[in-house]
Amino acid sequence: MDLNFSFLPKYWPMFVNGAKTTLLLSLATILIGVVVGVFLAILRLSKWYPLKFLERFGLRRAARFNPLSFLSAFYVEFIRGTPLMVQIFFIFYALPQMGLRFPNITGLGFDFPRFASGILALGLNSGAYIAEIVRAGIQAVDRGQTEAARSLGMTGGQAMRHIVLPQAFKNILPALGNEFVTLIKESSIVMVIGITELMFNTSQVYSSSYRYFESLIVCAVIYFVMTFTTSRLMGLVERRLRADEH
Amino acid sequence: MNTEKQIGDVILEVKDLNMGFGHLHVLKGIDTVIRKGEVVVVIGASGAGKSTFLRCLNRLETPTGGDILFHGESLMRAGHNLNHLREKMGMVFQQFNLFNNLTVLDNITLAPRIVKKQKPAQAEAEAKKLLERVGLADKASAYPSQLSGGQRQRIAIVRALAMNPDVMLFDEPTSALDPEMVGEVLDVMRSLAESGMTMVVVSHEMGFARQVANRILFMEGGRIAEDGTPDEVFGNPKNSRLREFLGKVLH
Repeated sequence: MDLNFSFLPKYWPMFVNGAKTTLLLSLATILIGVVVGVFLAILRLSKWYPLKFLERFGLRRAARFNPLSFLSAFYVEFIRGTPLMVQIFFIFYALPQMGLRFPNITGLGFDFPRFASGILALGLNSGAYIAEIVRAGIQAVDRGQTEAARSLGMTGGQAMRHIVLPQAFKNILPALGNEFVTLIKESSIVMVIGITELMFNTSQVYSSSYRYFESLIVCAVIYFVMTFTTSRLMGLVERRLRADEH
Repeated sequence: MNTEKQIGDVILEVKDLNMGFGHLHVLKGIDTVIRKGEVVVVIGASGAGKSTFLRCLNRLETPTGGDILFHGESLMRAGHNLNHLREKMGMVFQQFNLFNNLTVLDNITLAPRIVKKQKPAQAEAEAKKLLERVGLADKASAYPSQLSGGQRQRIAIVRALAMNPDVMLFDEPTSALDPEMVGEVLDVMRSLAESGMTMVVVSHEMGFARQVANRILFMEGGRIAEDGTPDEVFGNPKNSRLREFLGKVLH
């Protein structure tokens, strides 16, 4: 067995561009995932019971039905219970068939509909996982904190914003960091719809250079640098937040 | 001090208050009024419904029947106005419930700033005055996790007072404290009572009840079983369950 990295100077830009795309993809996905996740968690924990009047007829279970919570739970279960690959193909191939397509914005230097489909699929997917993380984080905040806030005349929204969410954020940071790392790795799956991210470009390199082993090693090292840096950064933020209070 | 106190208009009126959780019937028709300047101490065995009663008074628990009038306004039909009514009712909890993510000063000034829209400088000045009053002026920039239980509870009292409430509700304020810290909290409550604050206190501190209260409510099985001055309740208990209860707690 002999390793030969002589292909590297020629193909190096492929790796660099792929890594850039992967980072961009992950960053956009995280933003969408966090927004979707917080939104879903708040729906899940909402207290809206439109069928409350049924209580008078003894229908306790029906009276406790919360449509927002139900929808959120259903979304999370459905996304977590189907393969990410199916979701990506669904958004990239199935939605356009129904006439739902991203506008073709030109002059960006990349294929916008393709890229947007990938980001949307990854974001909607990670949103479901982040929703569960956020929900657990909110529920871990002692009920007494909300009660104290409400007893001072704050609205539910004010208590959430000023008291519960800041404390929940601290609770969920470690799990959120894990999710970010997972996301960087899982973004490689969008190569199946031809987004030129790191994994896709790596496959291009080895199919033209026939240097499978070397290409994949380089690819893995680049992924590792990205994930390791991310988890270190999250750890730093975590320690900063804790240092505030002690 | 009980005799010198000016007892004024009705602040809270409780009418046939009922509360059930599932099959449990915790409050079975409570009727009483709280007047301005009164210090009412609610006593009774565990499970008698004392805390639930107190938590219904600012609707942290929603009663299943009856009504509560605060300055003549129904809490049950308050809707969004409930938040405005709560501004005028301070509450102190057994577990303190200071906001863990905020400093002592922010704990105190947050609600005055965002609920009453006070200017930060004004809210801070008032908070510092109140902190001075409970002897904790040097803790303004500390976080709750850096304080002892007694200090936390005194801050919690200050936090409620910063809203300038018409009535203060205390839910077993000394039950979670180490014995040596009970005194400092009771002292603050005593001076608050002397300043004329209307207070409803759920407590097992019989000494405090006897000295500071104008009225004692003895609760038993979700009802008010006896209602009278400390002298009447402690000196000449009519209810047999009250005699039994006092026998256990007073020795």
